[in-house]
Amino acid sequence: MARLKAVNQKARRVDEQTLGPQDVVGLQNPTGPNIPLGCSFVFSPGWEVDSSGGTAGLCQPVERDLYDCHITCFWPAHVPDLYNHAPDWVSKCAAAQKDWRKIDLIFP
Amino acid sequence: MTAAIKPSATSPDATATTRTATTPATSTALPAAKLTTTMFRRGEYHRFAGDGAPYVYLVPSAAVFRLDDVSVAVLDALGQRDYEPADLALSLAPQFPLPDVKEAVEELVRVRAINAFEKRLPQPGADETAAAAGAALPAPVAAPPRKRVPLTTLVVNVTSKCNLACTYCYEYGEDKITEASTKPRFMDEATARQSVDFMFAESGDQKIVHLTFFGGETLLNFKVLKSALSYARERGAVLGKAVDVSLTTNGTLLRTEIIDWLVENDVGVTVSMDGGREQQNQFRVFKNGMGSYDTVAPNVKEFLARKPRRPVGARVTLTKQNLDVVSIYRHLADEMGFFEVGFAPVTTSWQRDYAIQDEGFFEMLGQFRFLAAEYLEYALAGKRHRFSNVRDTLEEIHKGLSKSHPCGAGMGLMGVATDGDVALCHRFAGSDSHKLGTVTGGVNRELQDDYLARHHIENKTDCSTCWARPLCAGGCYHEAHTRYGDTQQANLHYCEWIRSWTNTCLEVYATIAERRPEFLQQFD
Repeated sequence: MARLKAVNQKARRVDEQTLGPQDVVGLQNPTGPNIPLGCSFVFSPGWEVDSSGGTAGLCQPVERDLYDCHITCFWPAHVPDLYNHAPDWVSKCAAAQKDWRKIDLIFP
Repeated sequence: MTAAIKPSATSPDATATTRTATTPATSTALPAAKLTTTMFRRGEYHRFAGDGAPYVYLVPSAAVFRLDDVSVAVLDALGQRDYEPADLALSLAPQFPLPDVKEAVEELVRVRAINAFEKRLPQPGADETAAAAGAALPAPVAAPPRKRVPLTTLVVNVTSKCNLACTYCYEYGEDKITEASTKPRFMDEATARQSVDFMFAESGDQKIVHLTFFGGETLLNFKVLKSALSYARERGAVLGKAVDVSLTTNGTLLRTEIIDWLVENDVGVTVSMDGGREQQNQFRVFKNGMGSYDTVAPNVKEFLARKPRRPVGARVTLTKQNLDVVSIYRHLADEMGFFEVGFAPVTTSWQRDYAIQDEGFFEMLGQFRFLAAEYLEYALAGKRHRFSNVRDTLEEIHKGLSKSHPCGAGMGLMGVATDGDVALCHRFAGSDSHKLGTVTGGVNRELQDDYLARHHIENKTDCSTCWARPLCAGGCYHEAHTRYGDTQQANLHYCEWIRSWTNTCLEVYATIAERRPEFLQQFD
C-alpha cells in the first residue's frame, strides 16, 4: 500500500488478505453447478434493490437473486413488496438470524 | 457510471457497481434510466496520533494503520458528509493530484475505513420518503460458526476462607454472590485431583495448560495446594503437556517453608496489595481490624529476595479512598521491588462508600496517564517499566484482538469452587446460578453454548456504536452482575473511562511504532 502503512499484526493481515481481486465468489465456484436455495428463503429474499435503492447492501449478490429466480421460481421474486404494499413487513426483525420469527405474514 | 473515481474492482464494497458491467445476466434486467449512484461514507474507526503522525484504529477489525496526508484529507472530508466520487476528488483537487486521491480512496475502501454504497437517485413519480430513509449499510458478514475453545486456564478456589476481612471483598463483603454457607470451606485432596483431571480432559490439544490457585486465602489450604501441584505435574508428564502453575495470595502466610516451595516449584505468584502502610491498612485488615501491612511487607521482601525465576506481581484494588495510583506504584515497584504492578477498580455496587464515582474515574485516568507517559519514556529508552495495565493493553493492540466476549470466562477459562462445581470464572465459583458443570461430570455444553451466545458482543446493543468495543466488549461479567444484577449488561458506568484509556494506550503504541518499533517485537 502506498498511502496507508500497516502497523499492528491485524493491519498486516488485513493488507495481505485484501490483496488481489476481491469479488463475490458465490456464483463463480468452478467446482460444479450452483443450486440456489430459492428466493422464499428469508435470508435470500430476492429483492432487486436494497433499502436505498441500490445493490451494495443486498444480503446476496444481485446475480444470486437473478439466478435464483431464473431456476427455481418466477420473476419477479414472490416476497412481499417492501416498498409499496408492505413497508413494515420486517420492521420487527432487527437481525434476521435471531428475529426471523417476528416477520409478519403478508396476504395479497 | 459517470463517476470520476470508479471504486477499484478489487475493493470488497465496490463489487456491485463493477459487476453490472461484466455480468451478462444483468444487462437485460437493468432499466434504461439511472437508478443509483455510488457514494462514499466513512466507516467505523477511531483516529489518533502517535508522535504527531496521524493513525487510525479500525472497528471492528482492530487494525492499526498509519495515514499519509492524502488519506487524512479523504477521511476529513468524509467525516463531514457522504461524497460522490467525483465531488470528493473535486473538493480535494486544489491540494492533491487526482491519482493520489484515487489511490488513497482505493486503499481506504480496501481496509474498510470508508464504505462505498449505492444511493438511489430521485425517480419521477416515486415515493421519495422511502428513498430518503437511508443509504445502504455495508453488506452484513455472516458470523463463522463458533468453534469449541479448549480450556487453557483453570482457576481452582482451594478455599473460600480468608484470614483477612477486607471490607470491599466480593467473596465476603456486602456484594457477595456465592452460596459459601452451603459449600465446604476447604477443598479436599480428592476434589483438587479431580479438578486437575478435568483441566487436562478439557484442554484439547493444548500443549501448555495453566493451573491457577485462588481463594479465599489460597495458602490457608497449603496441603491441598502442594498435592494438587505435584499431581498436576505428574499427570502432565504422562500426557505430554506442560503445566504452568500460579496463585494469588494476600501475602500474610508467606512463611519461609512456603517461599521455598514456591521458588522450587516455579509457581507464579501475584500478591494482592494496595500500596504503602496507610493505603494497605485502610481496607486490607485482619478480623480484629488491625492493618495487614506490617505482616505482608516483610514476607514479600523475603520472598523477592530469593529472586524467584517466575516474576512476582502486585495486584492493587483501587477504591474511592485509595486512588493515588502513582504513589502506590512507587511504593510497590520501586520500594518493594515487585516485577510488575497492575491496578483495577474495586468491584462493587455503586452505593457503597468505597465505590469509585465519576470524579474518581477521572482522577484515576489522570494518574494512569501519568504512568503511561512514564512507560513510554522507559520504552523509548529501551527500559522495562512495571505498570502492567499499559503493557497488557499494548499487547492486545499489537495483536489486533477483536473480542467476541470481554474475557475467556466460560470459554478458555473456568473457575472451580471448593466442592468441585465449575463456574464461569473464579469470581463466580460457588454461585449456583452461574454454574456450568462439575469437575467429575464435565461441562454442560448446552449451558455453556447458551451463555456464550447470550454474552456475544453482537447482543450488546449499547456497545454497537462504540469504537472501543474490539478491546472492551462490554467489560467484566462479574462487575456487571454486581452493578446491574445482570451479567449481560454492558458496564456503562466506565465507558468514558475505557475509551479515554484505550485512546491513551493507542497513542503510546503509535509513538513507540514511530520512534522505537523494535520494542513492539516482544508482543509478536
